[in-house]
Amino acid sequence: MTVERLIQSRDEFWAAGFTGDLAELIPLLQYYQETHGYISPEGVEAIAGFLGISEARVYTVASFYAQFRFQKPGKNHVFVCLGTACHVQGGVDLANEIHEHLHIRNGETTPDGQFDFKEVACLGCCAQAAVVEVNGKIYAKMNREKLRKVLKEHQHA
Amino acid sequence: MKTYRSLVLVSSDARSLELGAQQVFQKIQQEVNRLGLDEEVSVSMVGDVGRHDAIPMVIVYPEAAIYGPVKVEDVPFLVEEHLYKGRIAAGLQASQRELSGRIAWISARKGTLPAEKRVVLERAGVIDPDNIEDYILHDGYQALGKTLSEMKPEDVLDIIKKSGLQGRGGAGFPTGMKWSFVAKAPGKKKYVVCNADESEPGTFKDRLIIEGDPHSILEAMIIAGYAVGATEGYIYVRGEYALAQTRLRNAIQQAKEFGFLGNNIFDSGFDFDIHIHSGAGAYICGEETALLESIEGKRGEPRIRPPYPTTSGLWGMPTLVNNVETLANVPAIIQHGAEWYRSIGTPSSPGTKVYTILGNVNVTGLIEVPMGITLREVIAIYGKGMKEGSSFKLAQTGGSSGSIIPASLQDTPMDFDSFTKTGVALGSGALLICDEETCVVDLAKVLLQFFRVESCGKCNPCRIGTERSYTILDSISQGTGTLKDLEDLKMLSDKMTTLSNCGLGQTAGTPLRDVMNYFRAEVEAHIRLKVCPAGVCPMSGRH
Repeated sequence: MTVERLIQSRDEFWAAGFTGDLAELIPLLQYYQETHGYISPEGVEAIAGFLGISEARVYTVASFYAQFRFQKPGKNHVFVCLGTACHVQGGVDLANEIHEHLHIRNGETTPDGQFDFKEVACLGCCAQAAVVEVNGKIYAKMNREKLRKVLKEHQHA
Repeated sequence: MKTYRSLVLVSSDARSLELGAQQVFQKIQQEVNRLGLDEEVSVSMVGDVGRHDAIPMVIVYPEAAIYGPVKVEDVPFLVEEHLYKGRIAAGLQASQRELSGRIAWISARKGTLPAEKRVVLERAGVIDPDNIEDYILHDGYQALGKTLSEMKPEDVLDIIKKSGLQGRGGAGFPTGMKWSFVAKAPGKKKYVVCNADESEPGTFKDRLIIEGDPHSILEAMIIAGYAVGATEGYIYVRGEYALAQTRLRNAIQQAKEFGFLGNNIFDSGFDFDIHIHSGAGAYICGEETALLESIEGKRGEPRIRPPYPTTSGLWGMPTLVNNVETLANVPAIIQHGAEWYRSIGTPSSPGTKVYTILGNVNVTGLIEVPMGITLREVIAIYGKGMKEGSSFKLAQTGGSSGSIIPASLQDTPMDFDSFTKTGVALGSGALLICDEETCVVDLAKVLLQFFRVESCGKCNPCRIGTERSYTILDSISQGTGTLKDLEDLKMLSDKMTTLSNCGLGQTAGTPLRDVMNYFRAEVEAHIRLKVCPAGVCPMSGRH
């Protein structure tokens, strides 16, 4: 990364209110993902340069947390909940549906860039089980058929 | 205080907002203005009302009429009928059959259900969580005023100790004791940390407390800071809880404007400030030392104890870590005294407990009841019984890290002491009620799958134990298990419980232990007869 790019990203982080304190590593990663969509190799370099730590250290922390993505995300984000309550109501079925219908596994993006898919442990709305989240919206009491309909809606939108 | 003829409450939990609660709220305001009722009617958004089957929900006091799901088009009729003409708007009412949570409590006042006891959730669903004045009108920040003007830090410690409050995160450690450890520990700077990284599957009580009454958490943290000598606080909120984070940020901003946070609060010379840290999706960060590591910007791997956070926590300084629900009890205790608090619940576990009821019961949702109520009562009264055609087989408490409770223990009072004596754990407050169609092997498999994925991998008993247990359970569910597997599971469960570094590994063995203790016959049927009695497991490996 060139010095100019480092300075540019430093200014960007400053503008967003970061000071360069080590404790800001996780908030920085969250900020970067929010503004750039995912944690790219350039992002890791920029953050490491800003905090004065090694890139390995940034990866060490980032890879620990499920929130951070290292792959460019799809246009639509699909989360299937596999928490206890959702499992009992058929959450695995929903994950299989994604696998069979979109041909992607947990953490992958479809080749056409339309969908990415992640299995999550609990979305915190267990009374609505089984739950699927698409683009931040919760779909409650899902089954395979309903899920197919939801995916179709987003594919055309 | 201004008095209104009618109070209109609009549910505004995340799901209601998605379904258009904001628009409904605005439309009600418009209609109220149009009819010139704005002097007589107060309209507020009130967070989660504890019932999710008919949202967005609109509740009108003093009649306690419940409408839902309300669409924007319904609003003109509703406002005209109920608020203008003063009669129930026919056809818009939510079905009366399923009552739970907040609504159950409201109805209880009208004599239809035995009352819940609300301490923690007293204001949730009644006040506007985005409005500090509403909180103050409902006695908010009075406990703080009393603390700073009339009490010495020792007095606060004393009253919390006497109240017998126990940590609500699952372990039930006496809160007063924890507070005095931190107060006594030497340190240039001390911290108060609120653990709102609620990641136990099936538990969402903390989210509802924060979304419904964010200021109560701030008030409790300031009081705690005063008592233990801390000047800075962190709230570690689960990353997925976007609405809760927004509410907290807003609450902190307002508290600063009103002088409840910042320097020299109430001219007492006491300074306190609160920061929010958003979690990044790691179950293990609910463990207090992993949480502290995460705030410091590191991998969320639990520390080795001792030293405990009370002497060496955040950045090596004495740190008080409390769960949201624990803190939410504090203002009420300060205000009404330890005696009052002890009058609720059982002698060994005073106070109330918030539970989330899930699974095969007629009504699922959130309740707050005195400690010591039994599982049978919860199912019959608040769950309105098992779903038709199903009968109770087991309950799984406290998300993943709780116990599997068989029918024979249904009448054990639910408090920390009684549960420990029986050899099961209360956990964080989720009650997953399962019927005869649930297979224990399958259930244990799901739980171990969860632990296997969420184990941070730092210590061997947990990393290998969860993986091995899962593999064994999987082979039992495929019909390829052997009787030796039972011995292995028991051994793994013991080893994980005794040797793991932190709570995750220590509780990962619990479901295995409970399954072996109470449901051994069912597991053996999988192995000896190659049959899953509940018909859940694939048993594809049988010959």
